[in-house]
Amino acid sequence: MSAPQHQEHPSHAEKYGHQDGFDVHHHDHTADHGSLKSYTIGFVLAVILTAIPFWLVMGNVIGKSSTAGFVLLALAAVQVVVHMIYFLHMNSKSEGGWTILALIFTIMVVVIMLAGSLWVMYHLNHNMMPGMSQDLIQEAVPGSMQNMQHNMPGMK
Amino acid sequence: MSEISNNSAAAMSASPSSRYFVKEHHPENGTLLGFWMYLMSDCLIFACLFATYAVLGRNYAGGPTGAELFDLPLVAINTSLLLLSSITYGFAMLEMQKQKIKTTLIWLAVTGLLGAGFIYLELYEFIHLIHEGAGPQRSGFLTSFFALVATHGLHVSFGIVWLITLMFQINKHGLTPENGRRLMCLSMFWHFLDVVWIGVFTFVYLMGVLP
Repeated sequence: MSAPQHQEHPSHAEKYGHQDGFDVHHHDHTADHGSLKSYTIGFVLAVILTAIPFWLVMGNVIGKSSTAGFVLLALAAVQVVVHMIYFLHMNSKSEGGWTILALIFTIMVVVIMLAGSLWVMYHLNHNMMPGMSQDLIQEAVPGSMQNMQHNMPGMK
Repeated sequence: MSEISNNSAAAMSASPSSRYFVKEHHPENGTLLGFWMYLMSDCLIFACLFATYAVLGRNYAGGPTGAELFDLPLVAINTSLLLLSSITYGFAMLEMQKQKIKTTLIWLAVTGLLGAGFIYLELYEFIHLIHEGAGPQRSGFLTSFFALVATHGLHVSFGIVWLITLMFQINKHGLTPENGRRLMCLSMFWHFLDVVWIGVFTFVYLMGVLP
């Protein structure tokens, strides 16, 4: 992926680097514009990775919701990586590695926030059931959460 | 003896310079890195909205559910419009690389039209939902749905405004390095919005209709 783009750099700089008074070289090193080939590969992969989840849900291919959910999330994660590489031209070298560092930090914060919110709110719902003592709730079957919530307008 | 000390002195003086001035590339133009930082902070805004939807997404308050409301063929058309606009923007960037003003402008216009189509379908969906009584005030699910999807839509709308502005700039000043830099920033913004949309169509629409 990165090799063909690096080969393109010299020719690119030769062609356009000296045409105008401005220095385009810096711009060149820090960002890959990609090529027709990389955009096409990315687009084809993205189309496939978009078509599969829509087909899975609209065709009701996977019966079990939880399995389908995990498959959908996994496909989305793969597609995000495809977009990052082929459309956003992410690599570990752009801007001296600072973009990937910022990305890793953001992913970390996002994961903590998403997982933490879900975790906390699940337990909050679980422990705030009216009309039940704390001990009883903790003994209750976790799977019955959803059904119990539906019967309580106050919770919504 | 003197040779060794000379060598070590040479090594002492050479190693820091080779480490700090030769190997490490210091970007003179920090705009793209700065814009990437903005995108990452924008990513946190969307993450908050996704977390809100994850918590409230099944709180229907006796109202309509995602399975009853969502029109998946419409979402599929919307998704393909946005994905197509991503590749057409890519084509615009390739034409910019070749310094072809006219074809760059044509591809940018195609991108803008696809984005406008996306916004049109999204507004159509929102108006349809509100007319059915499934507005943002109906339930926690719909509040978080409208907050997340409309924030994305707002980003795309501003992206279109930026795109049109840039088209005028390029038409007037040509593909100068400044305009090239601006196009790079908008390119990152546009592709980033497509990445966020992957999360929206997967997490909100597709997983929302799962029983």
